[in-house]
Amino acid sequence: MNAWQRCVGVSVVVFLLTSVCWAQGSGSLQDSACLGCHGQSGFVDEQGHSLRVDPKEFSSSIHGALGCQTCHSDVTEFPHKLPVKKVACGACHSTESSDVNDSVHEAVMKSASSPACLKCHGNPHSIVSVHDSRSPVYALNLPRTCGTCHGNPELAKKYGLPNVYALYIDSIHGFALTRDGLLVAATCTSCHGAHKILGPKDPNSKVFRMNVPATCGSCHAGIEAKYLMGAHGKALKAGASEAPVCTSCHTAHSIESVRTAAWQLKTTAKCGSCHAGRAETYHDTFHGQVTTLGFVVTARCWSCHEAHEILPASDPRSSIAPANLAKTCGNCHGEVTRSFTSYDPHANHRDRTHYPGLYYTARFMNFLMLAVFTFFGLHTILWFIRSMVERRKSGGKGEETASD
Amino acid sequence: MNQGEQVRYYYRFSPGKRLLHATLFSTFLGLALTGLTLRFSYAAWASGFAHAVGGFGAILFFHKAFGVLLTAAFLFHVGNIFRQVFVKRKFGMLWGPESLVPQPKDLAQMGAHFRWFFGLGPKPKFDRFAYWEKFDYWAVFWGMGVIGLSGYSMWFAPFVARFVPGSWFNVALLLHGDEALLAVWFIFTIHFFNTHLRPGSFPMDKVIFTGRQTETELAEKHPEEYERLVEQGKLESFRAGEPQRWFVTFGMVVGFAAIATGFILLLLTLFSFRR
Repeated sequence: MNAWQRCVGVSVVVFLLTSVCWAQGSGSLQDSACLGCHGQSGFVDEQGHSLRVDPKEFSSSIHGALGCQTCHSDVTEFPHKLPVKKVACGACHSTESSDVNDSVHEAVMKSASSPACLKCHGNPHSIVSVHDSRSPVYALNLPRTCGTCHGNPELAKKYGLPNVYALYIDSIHGFALTRDGLLVAATCTSCHGAHKILGPKDPNSKVFRMNVPATCGSCHAGIEAKYLMGAHGKALKAGASEAPVCTSCHTAHSIESVRTAAWQLKTTAKCGSCHAGRAETYHDTFHGQVTTLGFVVTARCWSCHEAHEILPASDPRSSIAPANLAKTCGNCHGEVTRSFTSYDPHANHRDRTHYPGLYYTARFMNFLMLAVFTFFGLHTILWFIRSMVERRKSGGKGEETASD
Repeated sequence: MNQGEQVRYYYRFSPGKRLLHATLFSTFLGLALTGLTLRFSYAAWASGFAHAVGGFGAILFFHKAFGVLLTAAFLFHVGNIFRQVFVKRKFGMLWGPESLVPQPKDLAQMGAHFRWFFGLGPKPKFDRFAYWEKFDYWAVFWGMGVIGLSGYSMWFAPFVARFVPGSWFNVALLLHGDEALLAVWFIFTIHFFNTHLRPGSFPMDKVIFTGRQTETELAEKHPEEYERLVEQGKLESFRAGEPQRWFVTFGMVVGFAAIATGFILLLLTLFSFRR
């Protein structure tokens, strides 16, 4: 539904509803009658809860033109009977209402004494458009609104949820929203949907593993395309449930800028959490040692393999295909010869079959180390004992006395 | 031995040799410190040190600088040997009692030394350089060859790769690191003990700093040399004055700093060693 259709639709509904109210004539109450009591400040119920409706706020709200009885249809006389029925928002907003009923918030919907919609949409008499900066579901306000529950450690504990508000607000998406004030920054609903929020295990969920690339891709379209061409995307498409999706590397809520050294240093461990063998051999190399030391000077996994369009060496488009190696290595090493690229950034000195030269060098160095320290270790210990014996024999002097 | 006037000193090492040793151990410590930081990159002390001294750029700069300095000293030494032997015709440097070249006698003395360890014979009478001193000396040559060549080839990898396959650099890093670890551990345990810490020299043999030893030291540590010099009447040509107090103290301070640094590195590497 585009904005024009929505506008027409809303106008029609408003027109019909006001006509209905008008046509009810003397059987219905004028808003002024309701506001006669409810418009007064200090109008409270027996428990002292305010029953006031700010006439100005209500008239400027999105429902302002509808009049009181449209929602409070059980109130037909003055003074009215108590209790007044819970308003059914779904009478008009049927799609949203049924969506929420199908969502993870279903329980909230049933348990609440007032309409559950208000948990997010705020004061029922001052609801404004989602595009109005006063709305609690306006993009810049939304995370705080969701955070009233999802940033509450006690609730998080009770329902076994991560305290996602804190994670989100410190993420690159959170910063884009709070620091840069970007309306295009991803907020809760960008990934989870607004009304039909489903758990990550539900195949229809936007955050179901198989759907994650498409969800992130709704903003990061270029990256999604690259990802889908790469080995990880292909594996996911082929149905491999263990294939990494965006969130496997970037996390879901605490997404960091990939330009920071802190994040770049973490990437090798992330890749290594699946590619353990490759990570181990990488850490044996100069590249790996410098990274482990904590500096982003040398190559890390994606410096050579690409981050999203990861392709095997057998694919001619791959950054590590033999024909492309000089260019890939050259990104750091300048102009390099073909012979330079026969360096193996994952050589394994424990693997005799594939790296005999390296294997035998390592064994020779082990032998040398063992031989030198066995011989001189023994030599040193025996010499020390003999020296002490000689010293004792001669009463403190002996062997060599010159050191005194 | 404290009756000052009766103690006679004799030169063992010329100022050039002492300077060579000073350059060798300072650059060696610098290289070890910066190199082991990378070899043990996973250890907290390594990362902490690297960040404290200004990052990996600083580590690499100092490693290369010390490497170049050590290479220069080494080449100067080798050049000097050639000059001594071929220009000044001191062929005694190549063979004989004054030479550092291993000879059959060294093997025999090593055997005798072991027999003495077990109380099965007298202590062998060593000449100017005992067999373990010769081993220390030649070990540096071996280390310079292995570590130096692998190091320079990695430094200038794209250039070197015009002549050797890239897989050499896989071997080079392994050789560089393992040989360095061997050298570091050897120096900080065996060399420290043989030369400085064994009961006969404890706590430090100052001869490499002052260049001179007492007559007793010469007679006990190098009896063969002592007797030969006496016989040939050459002993007095090596006569030296008593080293100045400040000079001895300076040598002690520098020497103990080196030994302490060595021991700290030894402990750190031993505790965080992983294959």
